[in-house]
Amino acid sequence: MSTVSITATSSERRPAGLLRHSLILARRSLAKSARNPGALVNGVVTPAIFLLLFVYLFGGSVAGSTDDYLLYLFPGIVVMGAGLSGMLSSGLSINIDMKKGVFDRFRSLPIGRSAPLLGSIMADMVRYVIAIALLFGIGYLMGFRVQTDTGSALAAVALVLAFGFCLSWVTVFLGVLVKDEGAVMAFAFIVFIPLMLGSSLAAPIDTLPEWLQAWANVNPVTHAMDAARALLAGVPTGNSIIQTILWSAGILIAFCPLAIAAYNRKR
Amino acid sequence: MSDYVIEAEGLVKRYGKHTALDGVDLRARPGTVLGVLGPNGAGKTTAIRILATLTGLDAGTARVGGMDVTRDAAKVRRIIGLTGQYATLDEELTGVGNLILIGSLLDLRKPEAARRADALLDRFGLTEAAGKPVATYSGGMRRRLDLAASLVGHPRVVFLDEPSVGLDPGKREELWRIIRELTTDGVSVLLTTQYLEEADALADEISVIDHGRVIAHGTPPELKQIVGGQAIAIRPKNPVDVEKAAAILAAVSGHPVEHAAQQELVAPVDSDRAMFDIARRFEAESIEVAEFALRLPSLDEVFFTLTGAPATSGKTDEAERSHA
Repeated sequence: MSTVSITATSSERRPAGLLRHSLILARRSLAKSARNPGALVNGVVTPAIFLLLFVYLFGGSVAGSTDDYLLYLFPGIVVMGAGLSGMLSSGLSINIDMKKGVFDRFRSLPIGRSAPLLGSIMADMVRYVIAIALLFGIGYLMGFRVQTDTGSALAAVALVLAFGFCLSWVTVFLGVLVKDEGAVMAFAFIVFIPLMLGSSLAAPIDTLPEWLQAWANVNPVTHAMDAARALLAGVPTGNSIIQTILWSAGILIAFCPLAIAAYNRKR
Repeated sequence: MSDYVIEAEGLVKRYGKHTALDGVDLRARPGTVLGVLGPNGAGKTTAIRILATLTGLDAGTARVGGMDVTRDAAKVRRIIGLTGQYATLDEELTGVGNLILIGSLLDLRKPEAARRADALLDRFGLTEAAGKPVATYSGGMRRRLDLAASLVGHPRVVFLDEPSVGLDPGKREELWRIIRELTTDGVSVLLTTQYLEEADALADEISVIDHGRVIAHGTPPELKQIVGGQAIAIRPKNPVDVEKAAAILAAVSGHPVEHAAQQELVAPVDSDRAMFDIARRFEAESIEVAEFALRLPSLDEVFFTLTGAPATSGKTDEAERSHA
C-alpha cells in the first residue's frame, strides 16, 4: 500500500449544479434498472394485458370489429402505462432508495439536498419513455396505426409523459412519507381501479351508468385518455388537452412541494 | 477562530417522547481523535447524525470547522466525510464504481475521480476487488471501502460511527492503523464506539455518553484518574468467599464493586491504604486469594463506576435506529 495524502489541496470545483448532480444520480439508478427491470415491467405488462384482453375478448361486441376497438382503446392504454409507471415505480424507487445507507452518504455530500430525489425521478422519466415505447410496439404488432401525423403523435407522447410525471408526485410524496414500501404498493393498487378503469378507457362515457359517468367526467384520467385519443386517432378533441394540462399542473403544484418538503424534513 | 474543529453545546434531540440527546456537549481539537464512548442507545448515532448535518436538532448549537451545522449545512458538508454504522455504499455498484460516483458528485472531473478512486483503493488494499460489486465484499472490505468513500473529498473532519462493529480482531487492528494515519495527515476524527478498548487505543480525548448525556470527559489517563486513580482486583481462591470478599471490598473502597469474569472483583480505590485494610480484613475472615492486584482501572471499570451499571447494559440502539 502506498500512502496518499488525504488533505492534498482540494481539487478545483466545477460550477456546481443541481441538474448535473441529479443527472449523475439518475444514471446510477438507470444502470441498476438495466439489471433489475421490475418497475419497468409494471408499466408495460399490466396495460398490455388489459389491451389484449379487451381487444380480443370484447372488441368485436363493443365496437363491431377488433380493429375499430383497438383504435379506440389503445390511446387509453398508453395513458394507463404512463400513469401506472408514474404511480408505482417513482414512489417505490424513492422509498426503497431512502432506506439504503447510501442515501445517508449522498445527504452528507455538498450536493443539493433534492439531487437524490430529482435524480430518482429523472431516471423514472426514462423508464416511462421505455415503457411507452414498448406499448407502442405491442400496439403496432396488433395493428394500431397512428391516424394523425407525426407531430400529433409526438404531442400525445409528450402529454401522456407529462401526465404520468405529475401523477407520480402523489406516490413520491407517499414514498417519502411512509417507511413501508408495501404501503406505497397498496395505495397504488387501491386507486388504480377507480382512476384507470373508471374513465373513458374501455368505452365512451355516455355508455356508462349515470353514477359512473359522474365520476368518469371529473376523473383527470378521462381527460388524458380523451386527449391521447384525439391526438393519436384523430377524433375530435373537445377541451380534453387543456383539461389534461390543467389537471397535471394542479397535481404537480399540490404534491411536488409536499414531497420535497417531506423529503427535506426526513431524518 | 475557535480552538476546536468540532464544537457542540447542549445538543437536544427528541423523537416523540423518547429523548435521544439531553444536552450533550462535545469538543474536538484539530488533528485529534475524539472518542464518543457509550452503550447501545446512549445517543451516539444521533450525535453523529446531527454533526454530519443529516438530522436537525431541537436545542443547542453545533459547529464543525467553525460553521453552524444548521445555518451553514452546505458549507459543513464540504469539509466532512461520513462513515455510517451500516455501510453507506451502493451494494450493486463495484468498489471503484462507488468511489467514482462520489468523486463525480464532488465535482471531480472523470479522470481525476478515477485517479482518486484508484489511489484510495490502493491505500486501503482493495485494488484486487475494485471491479467487483460491493455485495460480494466481506465485512472488513466494506468497512475499508466505506472509509475510503468518506475520504474522496479530502475532508478535514471525518465521522466514524462504530467503525469496527462486526470486525474480527485482526481486521480491527488494521482499521485502527488506518484511522491513526488519518490524524497524521491532519484530519480530525470523531468516532463513536461501545468498545472501551477501541476508545482507549484511538482517542486523544474521550466523552463518555449515557442516556443522552455526557457523564465524563477527558483523556484516557484522565478518565482513569476520575475514578480514584487506582483499582483493586481480587480473585478469591474459593468461589464461596466471593460475596463476603465483595462486601469487604465495597466497605473499604466506598465504591460499587464490579463482578468481572471468573469471580474477579474490581473496585476503584482512592488511596493505596485500602490495599492494606482489605488484606487485613481478608486475613481476619480467612479469605484466601488467587489474585490480588493494585492497578489503573480499565475503561470498562471507569464506565461501571460512572454509571453504576456495566457498559453492556442499557437499551439497544433499536429505538435510535428506527427513528434514524
